[in-house]
Amino acid sequence: MSRELGSPVTRNRGLELLRAMLRIRNFEDRCVQLYGDLKIRGFLHLCNGEEAVAVGTIQALEPADVIVSTYREHGHALARGLAMDGLMAELFGKQSGVSGGRGGSMHIFDAAHRFYGGNAIVGGGLPLAVGFALAQKLQQQRAVTACFFGDGAVAEGEFHECMNLAALWGLPVVFLCENNLYAMGTAITRAEFQLDIAAKARAYGVEAQTVDGMDVFAVEGAARAAVDHAREGAGPVLLELRTYRFRGHSMFDAQLYRDKAEIEAWQKKGPIITLTTRMKELGLMTEDDYQELERETRAEVERSVQFAESAPWEPLADLERYVYAERSR
Amino acid sequence: MQIDFRLPSLGADMESATVTQWLKKPGEQIRRGETVAVIETDKGLIDIESFEDAVLETVVVQPGTKVPVGAVLAHFVVEAPSGASGPAVPATAMPAGAGAVPSPATPGPATPATHAASRLRMSPLARRRAQELGLALETLAERAGTEVIHVDDVERLAAESALSAAAPLPPGTAAAASVSDARVAMRIAIGNAMARAKREIPHYYLGHSVDFEPARAWLERHNAQVPVGERLIDGILIAKAVALAAARIEGFNGFFRDGRFESASAVNIGTAIAVRGGGLVAPALLDAARKDLQTLMREFSDLVARVRAGHMRSAEFAAATITVTSLGSDGVEELFPIINPPQVAIVGAGSVTERPWAHEGRVLARPVLTLALAADHRVTDGRAGSRFLRTISGLLARPESL
Amino acid sequence: MIQPSAAAPTGAAPADGTAPLAMTYRDAAREGLRAALMSDQRVFLMGEDVGRYGGCYAVTKGLLAEFGPERIRDTPLSESAFVGAGIGAAIAGLRPIVEIMTVNFSLLALDQILNNAATLCHMSGGQVNVPLVIRMATGAGRQLAAQHSHSLEGWYAHIPGLRIVAPGTIDDARFMLGAALASPDPVLIFEHIFLYNMEGHLTPGLQKVDIDRAIVRRPGRDLSLITYGGSLHKCLAAAGQLATQGIEAEVLDLRTLRPLDDAVIMASVRHTRRAVIVDEGWRSGSLAAEVVTRILEQAFYDLDAPPARVCTAEVPLPYPKHLEDAALPSVARIVEAATGVLGRRESG
Repeated sequence: MSRELGSPVTRNRGLELLRAMLRIRNFEDRCVQLYGDLKIRGFLHLCNGEEAVAVGTIQALEPADVIVSTYREHGHALARGLAMDGLMAELFGKQSGVSGGRGGSMHIFDAAHRFYGGNAIVGGGLPLAVGFALAQKLQQQRAVTACFFGDGAVAEGEFHECMNLAALWGLPVVFLCENNLYAMGTAITRAEFQLDIAAKARAYGVEAQTVDGMDVFAVEGAARAAVDHAREGAGPVLLELRTYRFRGHSMFDAQLYRDKAEIEAWQKKGPIITLTTRMKELGLMTEDDYQELERETRAEVERSVQFAESAPWEPLADLERYVYAERSR
Repeated sequence: MQIDFRLPSLGADMESATVTQWLKKPGEQIRRGETVAVIETDKGLIDIESFEDAVLETVVVQPGTKVPVGAVLAHFVVEAPSGASGPAVPATAMPAGAGAVPSPATPGPATPATHAASRLRMSPLARRRAQELGLALETLAERAGTEVIHVDDVERLAAESALSAAAPLPPGTAAAASVSDARVAMRIAIGNAMARAKREIPHYYLGHSVDFEPARAWLERHNAQVPVGERLIDGILIAKAVALAAARIEGFNGFFRDGRFESASAVNIGTAIAVRGGGLVAPALLDAARKDLQTLMREFSDLVARVRAGHMRSAEFAAATITVTSLGSDGVEELFPIINPPQVAIVGAGSVTERPWAHEGRVLARPVLTLALAADHRVTDGRAGSRFLRTISGLLARPESL
Repeated sequence: MIQPSAAAPTGAAPADGTAPLAMTYRDAAREGLRAALMSDQRVFLMGEDVGRYGGCYAVTKGLLAEFGPERIRDTPLSESAFVGAGIGAAIAGLRPIVEIMTVNFSLLALDQILNNAATLCHMSGGQVNVPLVIRMATGAGRQLAAQHSHSLEGWYAHIPGLRIVAPGTIDDARFMLGAALASPDPVLIFEHIFLYNMEGHLTPGLQKVDIDRAIVRRPGRDLSLITYGGSLHKCLAAAGQLATQGIEAEVLDLRTLRPLDDAVIMASVRHTRRAVIVDEGWRSGSLAAEVVTRILEQAFYDLDAPPARVCTAEVPLPYPKHLEDAALPSVARIVEAATGVLGRRESG
């Protein structure tokens, strides 16, 4: 695994990244409770353990860049700057949600933040990302497209088609593979013969790098290099971000396919613990700093829950609205 | 402060679960995020966690018990005002009508369908036409004689019902019952049609009396020169005159349908023929304006014969574009008729009677015919109607022009 | 870790003709798989998370332990590849059961299903047949949003060369699989997600079912509610409500969507004179539209009212419950359609 040294760790920078990760962690944990209380319904896929991937990669993006994501997208959405209120309202199904309440957890859309979902079909977003990048290239824009997907998507035909196409056309896509070692209940060792995902991308002519997904600085460094590469017009890049999900695939998961010991081992080297430990060792923060951030981020999550609770439901009469595009107002 | 620890919903399909093991005992401390119990679901054993720092006070559901989602499993005591849960905010109520069960309809016995009548293999259109004509479906059932009843079968059967009412019956015929049924049915049908006409068509009436002497004289001269079978009658002159007038003057020949008047290209004179026993049919003399009197007479005779014998064709009923009706020779002087919808005009000819008449400055006894026009005021007005009647009277005054 | 389930497996023994066996639809489906795996060594199951995970809907839980990884095969997320592989294996003499997790993911394998499974027999002049069984979960109602809520049975029923069945009862969940495996043609079995938890009883002494017949589940006199799969229980509930108004609705379970059982459909419609078709597909171009057309073609003169359809509103299924409920066929809408064809209006 290579380790890119990003900007030197400063107190402010470290706290900023820690806050970003804690926002995600506390949001996800609150969702567990809300789901159990029947406030959030349908399918809920949480990214506990993968916060550094979301925060580190999106640090490298500019506002004009496009993001295509998966059903495990809350972290990406929060790191991108989507309003937590709107995100929570979306999970509640309220009209004030970012997708008008219509999509729920798996279908987050926010055009203002260039965040284009949110896809329930594994691998379904890759062709879209290739399309965005194609438009960016043809229109000679500075912007690039970041495409998140998991190790499971690597098995789908779409992955292979998109690697080839992006390389062939020299497109500014940054493929971000969150390898958390499991595709729902199937370990990658049982689904892939060639386990090195970065190697697969190279086989198609796509520049690729493997990254420690638990180290937010390593992730940020690698992401900046990859984004610069694509932005310069040097073609697509794939980052294989090795990480782990602490919770089940979705809420209703007995996790018969992995050991509790394995989960606990990974939890000990999770992204929040990793950064906190490092900053304390460097004398850049104290436990009080940490507790303060916990309090602030939990309070922010709580406010978003209240926003969502009191937000209105979309009227039934609007059920068929937006099946087709309406004229712009 | 005591709070309830409930069985959470963990999945869209999860309705219940069985508690298999408590990992904490009453009085024990619990940390936020710690597993408190293990439950068994369809998918297997799943850990459930506490979202607060708390102390387990009482266990409510013992291991081995299956409970629904939302059931209280235990009571906790939270140590301090929990930062994790804010003040309770009232949730927005779901919009009314979402999945609401409608209030039940007023209960009552269902009217059983009349299965006998509905056993007929009739097209929906035929069924509707039968309803309009007031035909009893039982009658149709007996007399259909075809596999499936279509709309022109209904029209035919309507006419036949009327005609068989006219035929003289051998006494004690078993058919008597069905004939009187048919007669009643036809009365109802006529009644329905006339009621509809009166309801929907704004009738206006014009009357005009004509010196019928020239026509009479012409007829005598003509009939003297032809065999008996080709002799013309008054009614044919009148029918032809009406046909020519209808062809020349807009608004009296055609149908009023769907809010508009559709002028017909040919003039088909509906000739009202009375049937014995009290009924009326009005089959059409087709394209009367373009046929000569002899042809019209022949066709009329044929019509009458077939009406009497009950052999009508449905096209002949549907085709009339304007009707002429008459009281014959032994009725009264004026006949004010009702339009047959969807037509827009009808001419009633009273009986020709000897009346005082101003002729070349003197008052004489002459045969006089009074014609009455009933017309649809949505299509024409008095001025047009007046022109129409004067045209007819003009033609009858010069019968050689017919 | 894998913890053994504390409860004994339900419905493990086949019916011996005495008391009716209580089980869920899920249990019945699992029993069908077990019976097939035990009776024919050529049978194997493959799909995503069918083994270790125990199946997305827990249908295959325990089968890996019982039959081993050669016969219960977890696949990578490669629908096109493993459906195509199932086709090849079937041609080569095995009896694969392919589980596509849901109909929503089957779109990734549509080319294999249509252009290969459905077509090879005809294209090859009869030289090749594809005795493949594909099982898929289908349907909506659990707030899974637009990409996870499809009912595409009607689409698949459009394709010649395929046989499409929709088990709506415990008996059918148990025994339709066996009949499907016995067919020399590709059979798609659609299991509605709402049915998995349904509790009921297996008919005592029942050893097999056919997959060619529609069955009247509730005889009636005033109208025919014609439906299948996940809408069956809604129609039965609606029939119960209608009975309180003195309306006796006949409920017909289509069971086979391709081919449709015209004879039974027309017999029902000729008896009741009125038809309401309930179908969870989107209304336009739906399977319901096909059934209505056949009724008009074959039983036009027996109709006392135009046939009616209760289908899903033509929108991508939205996540919030009130919108999803409004879009899907519901007991209330079925009752409304029924009273409509009888020419009555509900009060209130």
